[in-house]
Amino acid sequence: MRSIPVPTGSRSGSTTSAVAPAAGAPRPGPAAAVRAVGVHKRFRTRAGVVTALQDVHLEVAAGEFVSLIGPSGCGKSTLLRLVADLEEPTSGELSVFGKAPRVAREAQDYGIAFQQAGLLPWRSVRGNVELPLELHGVGRRERAGRARELLALVGLSDFADHTPAQLSGGMQQRVAIARALAERPSLLLMDEPFGALDEMTRERMQTELVRICAESGAAVVFVTHSIPEAVFLSDRVVVMSPRPGRISAVVPIRLPGTGERTEGLREDAAFFAAVTAVREALHGGAAGTPAVAAPETAAGAPRGVDLR
Amino acid sequence: MSGVRAGLRRAGVALVALLVALVLWEVVKAVVPDTGVHLGTASLLPRTDDRAMPHVWDVLARLGEAESGARDAPTVLAATLSAAVFTLGIALVGWALGVVGGLLLAVLMQRWRVAEHAVLPWVVLSQTVPLVALAPLVVGWGGRLELGPLQWERWMSVALIASYLAFFPVAVGALRGLQSPTAAQVELFRAQAAGWGRTLVSLRLPAAVPHLLPALRLGAATAVVGAIVAEVSTGTRGGIGRLVVSYAQAASGDPAKPWAALLGAAVLGLVAAGVVGLLGLVLRRYRTAEVS
Repeated sequence: MRSIPVPTGSRSGSTTSAVAPAAGAPRPGPAAAVRAVGVHKRFRTRAGVVTALQDVHLEVAAGEFVSLIGPSGCGKSTLLRLVADLEEPTSGELSVFGKAPRVAREAQDYGIAFQQAGLLPWRSVRGNVELPLELHGVGRRERAGRARELLALVGLSDFADHTPAQLSGGMQQRVAIARALAERPSLLLMDEPFGALDEMTRERMQTELVRICAESGAAVVFVTHSIPEAVFLSDRVVVMSPRPGRISAVVPIRLPGTGERTEGLREDAAFFAAVTAVREALHGGAAGTPAVAAPETAAGAPRGVDLR
Repeated sequence: MSGVRAGLRRAGVALVALLVALVLWEVVKAVVPDTGVHLGTASLLPRTDDRAMPHVWDVLARLGEAESGARDAPTVLAATLSAAVFTLGIALVGWALGVVGGLLLAVLMQRWRVAEHAVLPWVVLSQTVPLVALAPLVVGWGGRLELGPLQWERWMSVALIASYLAFFPVAVGALRGLQSPTAAQVELFRAQAAGWGRTLVSLRLPAAVPHLLPALRLGAATAVVGAIVAEVSTGTRGGIGRLVVSYAQAASGDPAKPWAALLGAAVLGLVAAGVVGLLGLVLRRYRTAEVS
């Protein structure tokens, strides 16, 4: 048997929740899925040194869905990449389930999905979903069983033997999500996974993601440009601002738990209120919005260049 | 099967193109005066008399006749075929050597950026060295090699020189192919804690196939050219290179004969490229276009 879906958080038993000054850690419990303390990230470019992230504090609890939202260049993707150990922070502390990101990556504690599905065109849909298992030496029969489960979960059971080129963009992205879930990660990192999809497909995918997350019990860090998307999916929305990239507000979303979010919610008054709250936080009008706590960082820091 | 039909259609088109070329040959022969076309002292079009441009049917007929006046001389066709088989064998050995060398170089250059910067210019430079200058050197080195019971033979030098031409397109094509996976695909493998070796086998090599196949075909054609040139410049007997030279000496009295040998050399290149084309059938799963 391989990893267990939900972390039991044995290691750093008591989480000192005082480290996150912004909105605090909402729930006490096992080791936080993600914990960032005073994280800075600077890139050296030809135009000079660019501060992509400045003094970021964030804690994502196990099973929690957190969206990172903000304009281009606010460092939201960079933050995700730091958690995934695709980049290293310049300074500050970052841990995933109490471990260094590198250890967490090697232990396959997280699954990841990008804006580009990044499927291997020479493999069937099933082959793509099995890829992570194959890379980690899981036996053929176990792989096949897991792939069947995952394809059923994302509603692509009938397409197992198709090639990626035969699928629509939305279906390809669902394959990518199934692949990210293959190792039953307790953390899912998603970098604008629906960014390239049309609005209708996008909303359907969001509803499905809510269901999938509820079934897998994984914590999610979700990078997006879209306010309604962030509100619909999240327990908390982390609003970031650029130059230098930093967290400017954290908006808790008080909607029914992710298990019960359905299409009807999109027309609910609470949904609109939350959208408004996030929008105001994004545009810097922090006053009056519920539970917005901006961690004050040095204002007027050196200007940088948009990173993405 | 649509694949079979497409293959037949391609073969048909190639055949028609060949016929058109033959007809053009005869048309030029008929239209341009035997002495060629001159403007002052400059020759615009070459001579077209039977000695310079024998009729297509004369060349074909010559194939069926005896190679020389000797009593047991084989026909030109038989002599050309056996020479072609000899050269094809050497060229394939050279090709295989070149493919292995080219692939290793490409993997090396992909693995270390520094290696790419250090090696690639030399790879390009290597192709500017004239083969004719290289051939005697290789033969000289080979002659001094002691390989225990194994004797270094002339054909091995030829194969080595052929590989020297063949490795180049393979190295360049394979490098491009190995570098072709998107950033998202590479990061996905990294995120899944796949090491460099796993990434090479499961991602880079399969992704390289569409770039590699044309390079392998090109390598086969250059291996044939390399083998023929090396045969001539090392004085190796039995191959098509030698045949081309010895038939050319008969050109003044027997103009169709050198053309027969050239025909053999051309067919040889086609066969070599075709054999490699079969590889494409085996690897067709990997020939898909990239999807996002």
